[in-house]
Amino acid sequence: MIENEINEENEQIESSEGNKRWVVVPGEIIVSGEDFLPGEGARREGDNVIADRFGLAEVAGRMIKVIPLSGAYIPRRGNVVIGRVVDVTFNGWLVDTDSAGSAFLPIAESPRFLNRNEMDQYLGIGDVLSAKIWSIKGRGIDLTLKGRGLGKLEGGFIFRINASRVPRIIGREGSMITLIKEKTGCNITVGQNGWVWVKGDDLDSEIKARKAIEFVADKVLIEGLTDKMEVWFQEN
Amino acid sequence: MVARPSGRKANEMRSMKAKVGIIPNADGSAMFAFGDTIAIAAVYGPRQLHPQHMQDPSTGILRVNYDLLSFSVSERKKPGPSRRSKEISQVTEWALSPVLDLRAFPNTVIDVQIYILQADAGTRTAGINAASMALAHAGIPMKNLICSVAVGKLDKDLALDADNAEEHYDEGEGHTDIPLAKIAGTDEFTLMQLDGKIPPEMIKDVLEMVNKGCEEIYEVQKKALKEIVE
Repeated sequence: MIENEINEENEQIESSEGNKRWVVVPGEIIVSGEDFLPGEGARREGDNVIADRFGLAEVAGRMIKVIPLSGAYIPRRGNVVIGRVVDVTFNGWLVDTDSAGSAFLPIAESPRFLNRNEMDQYLGIGDVLSAKIWSIKGRGIDLTLKGRGLGKLEGGFIFRINASRVPRIIGREGSMITLIKEKTGCNITVGQNGWVWVKGDDLDSEIKARKAIEFVADKVLIEGLTDKMEVWFQEN
Repeated sequence: MVARPSGRKANEMRSMKAKVGIIPNADGSAMFAFGDTIAIAAVYGPRQLHPQHMQDPSTGILRVNYDLLSFSVSERKKPGPSRRSKEISQVTEWALSPVLDLRAFPNTVIDVQIYILQADAGTRTAGINAASMALAHAGIPMKNLICSVAVGKLDKDLALDADNAEEHYDEGEGHTDIPLAKIAGTDEFTLMQLDGKIPPEMIKDVLEMVNKGCEEIYEVQKKALKEIVE
């Protein structure tokens, strides 16, 4: 009954998981009724579940959440991000990850034992790396290089997309990123902070990969995007 | 009942325009126009706050900067902060902060830059409307949108959203300017200023007028935000 009302009020888009999604603004009532639970980006006020931020409301069973569409990157524990070394200190590296608060990579978190005096040979100022957020404290972010696929990124180039579009670039179970990798033959790493690193055999394929990623990042609501990308690759 | 110089009805606003996502380099941005008054707002952050001594380890802070661009008024405005722009920046900050909860972003700042491209009275209210949309666009968690409009009093009669000609009305009691801002869909006001004289019993009528105006503004803001998603 309640769901029918929503159907009439909003133009809904079926997401790939079959859940309903539509755009909400802060303070807007997403659903009414006791049956729903407010998730991320939503809150309960009396009988209603209300959006806490601008984005796409998604109803997954009883859970209501709002998926952000824009805005700065908010770091979370466990995220893999791409950063650039801005300073080498006596016990680690200071890394720019394009997020609020500075990120620090302690020497003990490098995958192999390093002597203090070979630190800047391993990672110097300006070097690009992919790292995992190990903890977030009031002072800032702590990074680690211990994990698969983490470490210094050599060659290629990096560019930025909006961090809220990263899940789209990766696709369901990595379907989108795998497709782009296959079609361009490039090595691609997407950081949750919206930095993308691309390295291919030649510049043309690298640029093609970048164009493909920017094309995907541009599209917000189109369904079956992976299929659309297949067509895009045939055309380009 | 005095006739308004603009020919509008007492509770009739100027035509409004709003657009979101006008500044690609900002985390969130918006334009809001009341007739010939055009305000743009850009939001950056949450990002690290400098100078460091202003950092608050318990919460993020909001920092608003409002300014008229030098070509926005008929007589060139000298660029840079003034007593007026500092005051408006501060009241805008106070008007916006009740809907924000920045405790999730300690030691950070959210910068809001408001610039007036063209001024025809009501610039602070247009700025607040633009900033509210820009904050939403930047994905900042907020309780609700803020809507803002000014009520003018020409001689003894109220006039919603006065323009520059009406602000220079000088017959009888002259002009009184009352800019207000409220949280959309509630009775909570976050800004109320008064420049001039008004009998206390008229305030109720002022608030009623603003409620009506803010409903219209809210619809414009909501539409603009939803429009950016195809």
